[in-house]
Amino acid sequence: MKKYASFFRIRFIAGLQYRAAAWAGIATQFAWGMLTVLMYWAFYQTAPQRFPMRFSQLSSYLWMQQALLAMFMPWFFDSEILLSISSGSVAYELCRPCDLYAMWFVKNMAARLSRTALRCLPILLVAAVIGPPFGLSPPPDFLCGALFLLSAALGFLVLVAYSMLIYLSVFHTLSPTGVRALSTSVVEFLSGAVVPLSFFPEALQPFVYALPFASMQNAPFEIYIGRIDPFQALGVLALQAAWLAALTALGRKLMKRSLRRVVIQGG
Amino acid sequence: MKLYARFLCMLFKSQMQYRASFVMLALGQFLVSFTAFLGIRFLFDRFHAVQGFSYEEILLCFSVVLMAFSLTECFVRGFDVFPSLIQSGGLDRILLRPRGVVFQVLTSRMDFSRVGRLVQAVWMLAYAVDNSAMAWTADKVATLALMLAGGVAVFAALFVLYAGLSFLTIEGLEFVNIFTDGSREFGKYPLSIYGEGVLKFYTYVIPVALFQYYPLLYLTGRSDAAGLMFLPLLGFVFLLPCYGFFRWGLRRYQSTGS
Repeated sequence: MKKYASFFRIRFIAGLQYRAAAWAGIATQFAWGMLTVLMYWAFYQTAPQRFPMRFSQLSSYLWMQQALLAMFMPWFFDSEILLSISSGSVAYELCRPCDLYAMWFVKNMAARLSRTALRCLPILLVAAVIGPPFGLSPPPDFLCGALFLLSAALGFLVLVAYSMLIYLSVFHTLSPTGVRALSTSVVEFLSGAVVPLSFFPEALQPFVYALPFASMQNAPFEIYIGRIDPFQALGVLALQAAWLAALTALGRKLMKRSLRRVVIQGG
Repeated sequence: MKLYARFLCMLFKSQMQYRASFVMLALGQFLVSFTAFLGIRFLFDRFHAVQGFSYEEILLCFSVVLMAFSLTECFVRGFDVFPSLIQSGGLDRILLRPRGVVFQVLTSRMDFSRVGRLVQAVWMLAYAVDNSAMAWTADKVATLALMLAGGVAVFAALFVLYAGLSFLTIEGLEFVNIFTDGSREFGKYPLSIYGEGVLKFYTYVIPVALFQYYPLLYLTGRSDAAGLMFLPLLGFVFLLPCYGFFRWGLRRYQSTGS
């Protein structure tokens, strides 16, 4: 356990070094968030009765999305890991006395969390200052807030467990660009990053909500804004936990299989 | 010009060497803009219109912006990846050769996988033209062509500006993304829906509205002022200060060492 904690720490501290980039990122994300809110405002003004929630709830959802972007962004992959597979240096990793799956998992967590740590607070702060209806509102009660934290943690783990599958696919394709591009757009869409899932057509919603992608960012954000009440939230948390278990089991199995027949590239 | 065609051919062939990867990448590009389209579709299933603009009008607007953006990304990609050219010292090599810098940067990189996005844009445009109630007279077609040309000019200018800024920072600047990717992303809708302030910004600072919102008013018959038709040409004027800035950066350029 201790060695994985140190892998985590190394990556986390390395990620904290890019502070100037973080400021630029914050400014970009802030403008991005504001324009997105204004876009939905235009739709809201056109037909407020068709809105699936109060406008201030949607604003909170969108700001949370921006603040925790680094945690849930589907396009981020650790280029070091991808490179280690295609260059063959993964052979060194295999010599180490630790579990490759767990090591890659914590490295991914650390890279994402360090970026989030640098970026989320200023965005949350400014968005909270703007206040409703365009800014970030607090969750309806303490319980929702607590459940949100739990669900966000689970959603984060589901996303990392999913991205492990993409890393593993590189063992077979050797070039990550294609799979990466395909996976990114699918995850982005089905996790609610393009349009929040509650804006999907009613007929599609039951299917989309059951997929693992809905367990990533959509679940915690909907709990935060109080669209899912605490009782229902327990069911959502259970679903998230189930997907996490399934994806890690699948990832471990695939890894075992690809390592058994792995051919190291290069001499 | 002949040399440019040679480079075009060469870069195309080299990208075709990795055919599977190319197809996947193009497919990925297509999917990205396809999900953006689905997002619009879902919102319109629910709301039917936005601030008086219909679904077909939004698709018209989105397809022009997307087409201009993907054409620019394909042919002006060299300026988009310019920071890496500075970092690697590739620019020093370019400066030594007896050809124009702009020409060489343009021919250093082209990205044909953007064809995925282009397909999506053409398809949306065809749908919008087919389903819109308006009469496609010669001046409307000309307006559309001017919008497209103006769009390429503005996006190209933004890429050149981005390259110019990287003389100062060496690194790429994430902040410029809000102007390039942001214009593509939020240009899906006529810029007026974001409110007065945003429209002013996109008119006077980054002239995206000049090839998007104003000519669209004429195209959809909301305005009769034929002058709006020629506003996209101002996009070419925007190229001048951006190119000037790039030149200024180039003059101060001192290489990045070994």
